[in-house]
Amino acid sequence: MAKKAPKSKTPTSKLSKKPVAGAEETHSIYEGMVPLARLKDKDKYRHNVSLLVDNESGVLARVIGMIAGRGYNIESLTVSEVDRERGLSRINLTTIGTHQVIEQVKAQLGRLVPVHVVRDLTDDGPSVARELALVKVAGKGDPRVEALRIGDIFRANVVDSSTESFVFEVVGTTEKVDAFIDLMKPIGLVEVSRTGVAAIARGAKSIEG
Amino acid sequence: MAAKSTARTSKKADAQADEQYVGARIILKALEEQGVEVIFGYPGGSVLPIYDELFKQNRIRHVLVRHEQGAAHAAEGYARSTGKVGVLLVTSGPGATNAVTGLTDALMDSIPIICLCGQVPTHLIGNDAFQEADTTGITRPCTKHNYLVKDVNQLAKTIHEAFYVARSGRPGPVVIDLPKDVCMAQGSYVPAPHGVQHKTYRPKTQPDKAAVAHAVAMMAAAKKPVFYTGGGIINSGPKASKLLRELVELTGFPITSTLMGLGAYPASGDKWLGMLGMHGTYEANLAMHGCDVMINIGARFDDRVTGNLNYFAPDSKKIHVDIDASSFNKNVIVDLPILGDCAAVLEEMIAVWKARKYAADQKALKAWWRQIADWQGRDCLHYEKRGKLIKPQYAIQRLYELTKKRETYITTEVGQHQMWAAQFYRFDDPNRWMTSGGLGTMGYGLPAAIGVQMAHPKALVVDIAGEASILMNIQEMSTAVQYRLPVKIFIINNQYMGMVRQWQELLHGGRYSESYSEALPDFVKLAEAFGGVGLRVQDPAKLDDTIKEMIAVDRPVICDVMVDQKENCFPMIPSGKAHNEMILSASDKADKQITGAGLALV
Repeated sequence: MAKKAPKSKTPTSKLSKKPVAGAEETHSIYEGMVPLARLKDKDKYRHNVSLLVDNESGVLARVIGMIAGRGYNIESLTVSEVDRERGLSRINLTTIGTHQVIEQVKAQLGRLVPVHVVRDLTDDGPSVARELALVKVAGKGDPRVEALRIGDIFRANVVDSSTESFVFEVVGTTEKVDAFIDLMKPIGLVEVSRTGVAAIARGAKSIEG
Repeated sequence: MAAKSTARTSKKADAQADEQYVGARIILKALEEQGVEVIFGYPGGSVLPIYDELFKQNRIRHVLVRHEQGAAHAAEGYARSTGKVGVLLVTSGPGATNAVTGLTDALMDSIPIICLCGQVPTHLIGNDAFQEADTTGITRPCTKHNYLVKDVNQLAKTIHEAFYVARSGRPGPVVIDLPKDVCMAQGSYVPAPHGVQHKTYRPKTQPDKAAVAHAVAMMAAAKKPVFYTGGGIINSGPKASKLLRELVELTGFPITSTLMGLGAYPASGDKWLGMLGMHGTYEANLAMHGCDVMINIGARFDDRVTGNLNYFAPDSKKIHVDIDASSFNKNVIVDLPILGDCAAVLEEMIAVWKARKYAADQKALKAWWRQIADWQGRDCLHYEKRGKLIKPQYAIQRLYELTKKRETYITTEVGQHQMWAAQFYRFDDPNRWMTSGGLGTMGYGLPAAIGVQMAHPKALVVDIAGEASILMNIQEMSTAVQYRLPVKIFIINNQYMGMVRQWQELLHGGRYSESYSEALPDFVKLAEAFGGVGLRVQDPAKLDDTIKEMIAVDRPVICDVMVDQKENCFPMIPSGKAHNEMILSASDKADKQITGAGLALV
């Protein structure tokens, strides 16, 4: 999608695990209120935000245009119809920024007319996030065998093969897919096609509940 | 009985649904049902079917503008002075792109307008047809929402929805793109829904009561409070202004306002500090800088207001009331955001203040007011009267004195004259002041005045203009003459793009690059050429008589007021500086040079 965000100084492992800071500081948290300490935190975090939108022409352009126009970062973005009967699509986007910026992104998304729900999956309890990548690796002899071995370790499927190449299908978290691609680089990585992150909250509740 | 009448209504509804109309007729039916009385527009190929239907009816008046930008600003002026939704009708391609500035202006200032755009027939969309433009694509970032209607049976529903979106929550412009074949096809009409909620867009108007109670407790405990109010109060309606006045009286707190909020609290009120911000008053800005509790109601911490964010009201707790959650913590981190409509929040604040029998800390408040009186003593709007030149401030002061007893509406263009108007014209009521705040659109004032005059035919409507700005939409003089709209154009003529000149003086060593108004027209002859009346004055002694003559003439007037060319607009917070680093006068600026990052700001 957009340019890769500058790497935040916070390691990825620390991202998203921080509890809601500063909740204790204010007397109470009212509807729509964000704790001050959180807003003043200058560190950047990666968030998975999911939207339910009307599946109408231009809705993706609205979302992307708003984000580009206001200068926010998108690391990945996926969109697909999820409910044909009600005409709903789900957009999953991964964005990086300070809490203040992420709150802005969510508020700005929330006021687009065809947006039903905006949910910050990183903040609102546990969630799962996966992406799929098709990874083309070329080579003969030993590197070819090595590619297969690593594919095995990552439980990647071979979905195409020729005498001098494989296409692997690997599914997992962004970190896992990154790691797989990194390992394939010295072996003979040709190209990568990634879906971007699809994310969903754990438990019985839907994004609308 | 009840069942019977329901059956009858539904039968009637069915009959109505069965009846077929041509698309253009459906559009006008929907506008009628939405209470539209006047449309500002300009015909063209793709809107001919709509113009044909307009021709066949008498309920909706059409005002033919001379440029589509004028139509958009006229609709804005109409909307802002009435609280209703303004409507414009433009053709495809250049018609739509010409309207873009007006749409952006309405978006920045949260003005509810509907722009009906013609479009090439659906089968030609995307083929680079004659006068085709990707209108929904172009207007997506400059509207609150937009629609492309591809099915005649969706027309009525879409128009009703567009009006709902334009006026609800934080108001804004909505575009409806109308392909010609859709306007010519036969379809059914659906009446506007009553009380039915939009499936996704349902802005919250009632505030969280606990948050309001918390805010009121903070206010009651304040020692140096200040109300900072904005255009949200005007948009909320006259009730919000009334409630604001009540709350200010109840608490005894000082109040300042943004450019967009002038008139919500009367300038003649004794708690009034004047406008704040870059060209706001000394007392308003220092009260903001020194306050301990700031109550922002319907304002958005615009950069013109805050100055340097690092030093913005450093010791204050901030309460922020807004109907748009994206305004919270965007520029300034606030302690207590309250999501809701200004009127609803004010009502609840007053109720809580009374119910809990709160009283302000009188001792502290007295000391605070003494401090404010000190600042007021600097008389920051003072200007030197020199010889036989009309000072621009004086011209606006006299205009105010000679018009204040009438029902007067003021519009402005953009620049020094706009700031002087905000400083020296004293508004006592909401909806009387139309200006381009967020976008700062030169050329706004005249078409806006036309929109205002259409809505208030008996009122006095004055466009306070600059000689440079007025030329940006001067063609609308024809519109004023055609519809006998007696708008008054009061040009503060200093033969410079004054604000540009002022910045070049402050920031660029007085190198007045391209800011001199060379080869100006003779505005008196220009007025006459359009069929209006032209007046000119350069002697301060004759100013009053000229203004009186301008008011007395029942036709469009251009009044060319030749003023002191050198005058600059003070006080001023230089770019990159804080509220407490104001320049009060020309002689004050030497030791407050703008340096570093401030130079790069606008």
